[in-house]
Amino acid sequence: MKALQIRRKVARLGAARMVAGVSGAAAARLGPLEYRTIDPPALPGPGWQRVTTALAGICGSDLSVVHGHASTYFEDWVSFPFVPGHEVVGTLDDGTRVVLEPVLGHCARGFAPPFEGAAPGDGDDYAHLVTAGREMELEPGIQIGFCESTGGGWSPQFVAHESQLHRVPDAVSDEQAVLIEPLAGGIHAALKTLTVTERARAAGAQPIVAVLGAGTMGLAAIAGLSRYVPDARIVVGARYGHQRRLAAELGAEVVVAPDDLLRAVRRLSGGHMIGGSLSSGAHATIDAVGTSASISASLAMTRPRGRVVVLGMPADVSLDLTGLWHRETELVGAYTYGTETLADHTTTTTFALAIETAAAIGAERLLSATYRLDDHVQALRHAAEAGRRGAVKIAFDLRRDPGQTTKGDR
Amino acid sequence: MPRPGFVLDVDRSTPPTLFWHGERFRLEQLPADRSRIVYPPEPLPAIEHLDHAIRDALLNPIGSDPLPARLFAGMKLTIAFDDASLSLPKMRRPDTRQRMVEAVLDMAAAAGVDDVHIIAALGLHRRMHDYELRHVLGDRVFDAFAPRGLLYQHDAEDPDGLMVIGTTDHGEVVEINRRAAESDLIVYLNVNQSPMDGGWKSITTGLASYRCLSFHHNPETLQHTRSLVDRHRSALHKSVWRMGEVLRRDGPPIFQVETSLNTDTFPSSFAFLSKREWEWSARDRAKYLATAASLERTPTRLARRIFHSIEAPYRTTSVQAGDTEAVHEITLEHVYRQQVVEVEGQTDILTMGIPFISPYNPESIMNPILVMCMGLGYLFNMYRNKPLVREGGVVIMTHPTYREFHPVHHPSYIDFFDEVLADTTDPAEMSTRWETKYAEDEWYRHLYRTSNAYHGVHPFYAWYWGAHGQQHCGRVIIVGGDAPTVRRLGFTPASSMNDAFEIASDVVGASPTITHLHVPAMLVADVT
Repeated sequence: MKALQIRRKVARLGAARMVAGVSGAAAARLGPLEYRTIDPPALPGPGWQRVTTALAGICGSDLSVVHGHASTYFEDWVSFPFVPGHEVVGTLDDGTRVVLEPVLGHCARGFAPPFEGAAPGDGDDYAHLVTAGREMELEPGIQIGFCESTGGGWSPQFVAHESQLHRVPDAVSDEQAVLIEPLAGGIHAALKTLTVTERARAAGAQPIVAVLGAGTMGLAAIAGLSRYVPDARIVVGARYGHQRRLAAELGAEVVVAPDDLLRAVRRLSGGHMIGGSLSSGAHATIDAVGTSASISASLAMTRPRGRVVVLGMPADVSLDLTGLWHRETELVGAYTYGTETLADHTTTTTFALAIETAAAIGAERLLSATYRLDDHVQALRHAAEAGRRGAVKIAFDLRRDPGQTTKGDR
Repeated sequence: MPRPGFVLDVDRSTPPTLFWHGERFRLEQLPADRSRIVYPPEPLPAIEHLDHAIRDALLNPIGSDPLPARLFAGMKLTIAFDDASLSLPKMRRPDTRQRMVEAVLDMAAAAGVDDVHIIAALGLHRRMHDYELRHVLGDRVFDAFAPRGLLYQHDAEDPDGLMVIGTTDHGEVVEINRRAAESDLIVYLNVNQSPMDGGWKSITTGLASYRCLSFHHNPETLQHTRSLVDRHRSALHKSVWRMGEVLRRDGPPIFQVETSLNTDTFPSSFAFLSKREWEWSARDRAKYLATAASLERTPTRLARRIFHSIEAPYRTTSVQAGDTEAVHEITLEHVYRQQVVEVEGQTDILTMGIPFISPYNPESIMNPILVMCMGLGYLFNMYRNKPLVREGGVVIMTHPTYREFHPVHHPSYIDFFDEVLADTTDPAEMSTRWETKYAEDEWYRHLYRTSNAYHGVHPFYAWYWGAHGQQHCGRVIIVGGDAPTVRRLGFTPASSMNDAFEIASDVVGASPTITHLHVPAMLVADVT
């Protein structure tokens, strides 16, 4: 079958890194991504199923790999060559529509879950991500889309463990379902603010949560805050007009340009601006950008003993952490999803919340354009330039893709 | 003999007209046969021996004993003076206030008065920088008083530094600077550049608390002010005069010293700005072309610095002292004599070039709110009887209207632009929904009291200043402004004057009559 595949080629990674800042299209052409004929992946063991891709989104983490910017941290956690694509809606062989929870958790890799009913992302030991239990033939990989053995969504077919597959309700369209995975990421980040927002509510205050960045993940976080963080006053820094409109529609109370966010937070929280920081600030800030500047700004606008949730995937960053030390700020990451405890102390999974959110917010409005797989250069360029081109999420549509003609390869 | 103000009917031979455009200029050809230009009177002759005139006014006051007779050893004497919002541009040294304060101090010393405080009556304006205080009062006074804490700036938010004098029969609380209130005599030193200033407004604004100011600086009052330069038809001045009655009855003794300035606004290098265009000499034209071309190549920040460094050759045309009201009436006569221009009837459109400066940005940036304040507040209000533009007519201003703010001087203006104007441009609505939050914001309060920031509420007052103009006009157009910023103000952007006339035609038809206000210098249009 024809698929997009990343191969570990140092020269192409270097070339992609060099040109990515100038041209997303050139990075896609020159970088480590190749559109080539590959064999469909074999089923790695019991409980695994074959999935036929319908829609597969392009994520910021995918772009960082294509552009050669991914952190070297991941080198030992992934296996080459791999087919990217972890935001996927597709069908099983029996025609069941499913959405993928891409994390390769304990069950998928043949290990006992860390606790009864654990979601793939749960646990406090990641050894299983690079190993495999008995009866499983699985290379390292944190997710489908970064693992040689499983394939990924940027191909007509891939394999996934039943623990990773969620049936898509009939009321949820493919166009909504392809947003479920990023929505889950945003909701997970939103729920990571609950510790401090509930503390504020207990003290009689209405919690203020700032969100820096309003691409797909920022918007997903806003949706999550709006639905699952009670009484949150959401203030958002968004660069582009369409992002501001969507942020407001999804529940943000105040939406401003990123450079104006510090002042906007102060207007809600009161307090002083002292140098480049607020004396008080947001109870929590979700950084959906993940750069040195955005993390620094997030720290500056979060009140002492507040929490900064880093949702945007950072790589090498340079930070002055004096303020973090002085303000006793919590800086936490928000990688994926798992089992969540809500404000009313009930538990559920992030994906369950994301599926209901996708339908409730009409997530299809975040899907701006779809491309055929063989038009990947333009697709990746569009995704890299999404903000300034008025777009949010770009995806591959394989429902009518020529790659599908190779279905017989199964 | 200086010529009086003049209204020029534009015909085909009229050369292009100079418009201010922030830190730049524009030349615009106004439509012939239906446009007119109002030029201010030429500068009146100045008092030749100003120090002598000041001394004479102090010794021969109106409705008061001579100043020396009101000074005595052991008394508390407070000298208050107008802040850096006057004059515009700042006048050459020595400033008239320096001459006045030195004369008063001489008499106080002669009377054995040793408890003297000098207070900058800045109201809710920003604190003056030391170099501004030196400019206004002179080095000798500054060095003698400032280091000992005897020269300082009014603080409208000092809970221990304010005192209620009483309440008017309209329920307006008169609360002023405690030191002034407890003095045996306040000597107020005024520089009068506009009929809206001076009189009771000096103390009830310059030395007042926010609470006191809020009774007359509000949308209701300013929407019923017809106009700011006609105190008998100004709801603001009526409130201020009611407060004056309370001061007269229950407040400290006051000795008011007022001066009027002529309109000699620009030094010789910018003399063409004060001339009528058809009278420009070859030298003036060359200077204009060189200046305009040079400014086009100059970064705005540098151009701003150049303009703010201008020192006006203003001269004083009168000095009078004594009873506040009696003194002020004479001051008004002098100001009107200098500034009044007879104008017949209203037109459909009023055009005005907005300069680099307003009373609220000395040494600072003319931010978008101040553009509105200058256009619809100060310039629109430069009339008596009725506005230059008919009700429902169009005001066209020229200004780059950049979204730029001085972060030290105007911190609350930034938030006002981002938050309040995004919500409403209606003065009454913003007053109800937002004013208290800004007025009581601790950070703004801190910056006002300890830094050089305007009070948190000040952008509201700047906006209210234009409330009457905003209510009167059918549309406001800004030529050459940053379009999103202009729209945030509630106005319509236009890229050229012709585009502006085209846009205005929706409101006033295809062949509207037009008045252009040729400012600065200051003028008062007496519209019959």
